Amino acid sequence: MSARLGIWLGLFGLTLGLSLTSLGPDWLRVYPDAWVLPLKDSISGAMKWLVEQANFGLFTFTQATRGLAWLIEQPYNLVRNLLESGFMDGVGRRAEQIVPPVSWLAVIAAVVALGHYAKDWILALVVGLAFTYLAVFGQWESAMVTLASVLIAVPIGVGVGLWLGILAYRHRSFELILKPVLDLMQTIPIFAYLVPILFMFGFGPVSALVATVIYAMPPMVRITIMALHGVDPEVVDFGTMAGCNRRQMTWRILIPAAQKHLMVGVNQVIMLSLNMVIIASMIGAGGLGFDVLSALRRLQIGKGFEAGIAIVVLAIAIDRLSQAFAERAGRITAKPTGPLWRRYPRSTLVLGVLVITGLLGLVWPVFQTFPERSALTTGSFWNDGIKYLNINFFDTFEAVKLFFLNFFMLPVKRFFLGIPWPWALVMITALGWRFGGWRLALMALVMAALIVVTGLWEKAMITVYLCGASVVIASVIGIPVGVLAGVSARAGSVIGVVIDTLQTLPSFVYLIPVVMLFRIGDFTAMVAIVAYAVVPAVRYAAHGVRHVSGNLIEAGVVCGCTRTQILRHIRLPLALPEILLGLNQTIMLALSMLVITALVGTRDLGQEVYIALVKADVGRGIVAGLAIAFIAIIADRMITAGAKAARIRYGLEETHG
Amino acid sequence: MTKPAKLACKALWKVYGDSTAVGHVFGAEIFPPDSSVLDNFGLIGAVQHASLDIAEGEIFVIMGLSGSGKSTLVRLLAGLIKPSFGEIFVDGQDLLKMSEKELIELRRHKMGMVFQHFALLPHLSVLQNVAFPLIIQGMDKPSAQGRAAEVIKLVGLEGREHYFPRELSGGQQQRVGIARSLAVEPELWFLDEPFSALDPLIRREMQDEFLRLQAMLKKTIVFITHDFDEAIRLADRIAIMKDGCIVQVDTPEGLVLDPATDYVREFTRHIPRDKVVSIGAIMQQGDGAGDGIPASAPIAEVAKQVVASDVPLRVIDAAGAPVGKVDREAVIAVLVGE
Ligand SMILES: Nc1ncnc2c1ncn2[C@@H]1O[C@H](COP(=O)(O)OP(=O)(O)OP(=O)(O)O)[C@@H](O)[C@H]1O
Ligand SMILES: [Mg+2]
Repeated sequence: MSARLGIWLGLFGLTLGLSLTSLGPDWLRVYPDAWVLPLKDSISGAMKWLVEQANFGLFTFTQATRGLAWLIEQPYNLVRNLLESGFMDGVGRRAEQIVPPVSWLAVIAAVVALGHYAKDWILALVVGLAFTYLAVFGQWESAMVTLASVLIAVPIGVGVGLWLGILAYRHRSFELILKPVLDLMQTIPIFAYLVPILFMFGFGPVSALVATVIYAMPPMVRITIMALHGVDPEVVDFGTMAGCNRRQMTWRILIPAAQKHLMVGVNQVIMLSLNMVIIASMIGAGGLGFDVLSALRRLQIGKGFEAGIAIVVLAIAIDRLSQAFAERAGRITAKPTGPLWRRYPRSTLVLGVLVITGLLGLVWPVFQTFPERSALTTGSFWNDGIKYLNINFFDTFEAVKLFFLNFFMLPVKRFFLGIPWPWALVMITALGWRFGGWRLALMALVMAALIVVTGLWEKAMITVYLCGASVVIASVIGIPVGVLAGVSARAGSVIGVVIDTLQTLPSFVYLIPVVMLFRIGDFTAMVAIVAYAVVPAVRYAAHGVRHVSGNLIEAGVVCGCTRTQILRHIRLPLALPEILLGLNQTIMLALSMLVITALVGTRDLGQEVYIALVKADVGRGIVAGLAIAFIAIIADRMITAGAKAARIRYGLEETHG
Repeated sequence: MTKPAKLACKALWKVYGDSTAVGHVFGAEIFPPDSSVLDNFGLIGAVQHASLDIAEGEIFVIMGLSGSGKSTLVRLLAGLIKPSFGEIFVDGQDLLKMSEKELIELRRHKMGMVFQHFALLPHLSVLQNVAFPLIIQGMDKPSAQGRAAEVIKLVGLEGREHYFPRELSGGQQQRVGIARSLAVEPELWFLDEPFSALDPLIRREMQDEFLRLQAMLKKTIVFITHDFDEAIRLADRIAIMKDGCIVQVDTPEGLVLDPATDYVREFTRHIPRDKVVSIGAIMQQGDGAGDGIPASAPIAEVAKQVVASDVPLRVIDAAGAPVGKVDREAVIAVLVGE
């Protein structure tokens, strides 16, 4: 054991030495341009062929994507017209509104009714206030655009996810194919596939919806498969004995019996869709995400904050609603009887508000749209606040930033960039072999080599450095906090609430205050990544420490261990596999935040994708996206293998299996 | 049995494990495989070489310890799983040769099943649960619910039609399960340990209920239990299973008087014989006093009468003709357990 450790320490020392001394010719550190494989161009060419010439016999590729786009666009336009723009007659400037959108009062009435239906008056009040906030603070129209895209993305994501899950449940072979694909989709950061989507569907809401659905759907598939397999086998037998055919079995037995679990999946899809709001606006989503993005680009502090907070408010309202619906799925209540308005009092009420405010709105516009001039704005408050902080604490912020840059980030950066790439390939292969045997070694080598030959090595190293540094900081903060939450019930409940809230927030929201305080640069990127990626570190550490078997703790107590000794010798070592899994999640989240690094001007793979997005250079985007995906996959496989080895060592898992 | 078999199986096997090994075991040379052969291939013989004939209107009980293959056997008979080998006949029709469609029809109209843990659909009310199999058949909603209400009444749950399963006690839930399986008027009724999740008092009550229903409905019944008392209360005939094999099929009395193996003897040792053994089994040649005791009556029912009499009593057959006599000593010998 210690000899092995010695070897690895020696190898690390050697790497450090190689990195610092910069021996040998230059091409060892900077992969020469002349050797770069023109993979980008071939991919661009292939994509071009796909769009211009590919023909599947009955229809061309372009026809297929156009058809799909049309299918998605119809319901989207309908909902958007309903909520935001109203129904128009004619096109362009001369278009005239023939039917106005649903009035703001009616929308608020509708969410209040939903809240009451799903749970109680408290929830109704919460969501009602949230939507009122959107109106009063002048975010209504953008919020309705965002809501429209969520309202379309979620049913598609849930529907397709359910369908794939059912297929996988019915056909074992399909499940075997689907599982690795899902694993892969969850490791590949969304940023990696924005460019191909943009290329196929063009800039606009459809692309944004497609990206959102792809991002939000995998958990639904997983949960569907799990929920269907989890249905009581006796109930399935009963279905067969009652003579159900396949359709009846699925829709009348399995789905209703699994309903409660399925609702958890729906909630996941909703949260992930909201998470995508800002990223999706890079390829044309519009709405609140677009407001944040453009404010960020122009460094309009106040506007960015306002739109960001609006996203948070919307996310919290929708999350609480969907969770209440999920819980409601379990408790069935008898249906009341009587005339229609008595059976559906809430719907009747909402319909009433809709009609009345619609009619009143024709005369007094205030019933239709919240008047812009009475809208409150907090923009100047945020501007002043930031200004105040910057004037009075500029030196402090600057000192903190410089400290981190000089003593932590830059040395790490220099280290990674200094490693000669051939040696790096050797080390990656060795690590792969150490964790997962020759197969992992081979996979890691091939993927890393591909990054090298496409000329993206340097950017990949910057990515690794930025994510690596962020992950280190996130772990240093997150793991102790998690351990604290795990050992102390009181701290645990407080930390739990904070973590839950952090997780509801869309990733981008973190960026706004950080950019405002630290301006653009690597440090800003790191702080934003840490804020986003710290959650799983805390959560997994807490879970691991908390769930160490009670017998072992008692054994420790009987041996006369102090609380610290129990923590150090029993809880922490046994929680190690769990902590490693948390680390894995932290890395994945860090990589998925690469998208923001592009906006704060780092020269990494995120920026490469961003440039490709702006220039619509599909080859470049796909190659850079693949490079990000490769880094994610290598990290994921190594850590998963390491965690598994640890579990086996502690006898928590069988050797085979 | 004089009646034709309603349900029958011949040399029925269900073996779990590697599918190629299963194929190999049922190759010609080593058939029928014994347990050492199965062990060598790493297979589990959940049901081994089961052959049964179950007559119309009979209550056929399958019993055995946990893991002996009872559920597997009944699931094979109901067509829920495919056997590794063997044949199953329902009304003389080969179950295994039926198409999926025919099977569905068969289940919709001829079979009903009651489950150990009730298997009620949690999202449906009592009425909807009971009407479910009818709706599945394609019956319109009003007639389905009408019929469901009738069956609910039959099991004594009227007034609770609009309750949801979680609002009912275990016994009530199983009544719903029974009502649901009876709604389609099945000819074949499978019950897999229907009362074992209930506490003893309720269980007893449900057994009475079950006998009452059967007296009215006269279904052909396959009933699983691991409780011998339950088996002798209900059964016309009992099959005893051990490690996947059927060791003996007989009437309760036959099992007690003439156990085929030591296992069965051990199994039946604690059974109060007077409840199982009939007068016919202990009567002697000759004729006795009195108006006659039916030969088929269990000893326990007439013991008092026989013991109270100083002289041997007359025993008669079903037609009323005297067939023998029974005396005090013979009955006491059974009562004190010899
Ligand atoms: N799907 C399966 N795969 C593998 N083995 C199985 C499977 N189903 C049943 N078995 C095995 O077959 C044997 C018989 O199981 P079965 O469920 O029929 O027993 P049982 O008599 O109904 O027991 P219980 O009283 O516990 O319900 C057991 O050894 C069980 O492990
Ligand atoms: Mg069983």
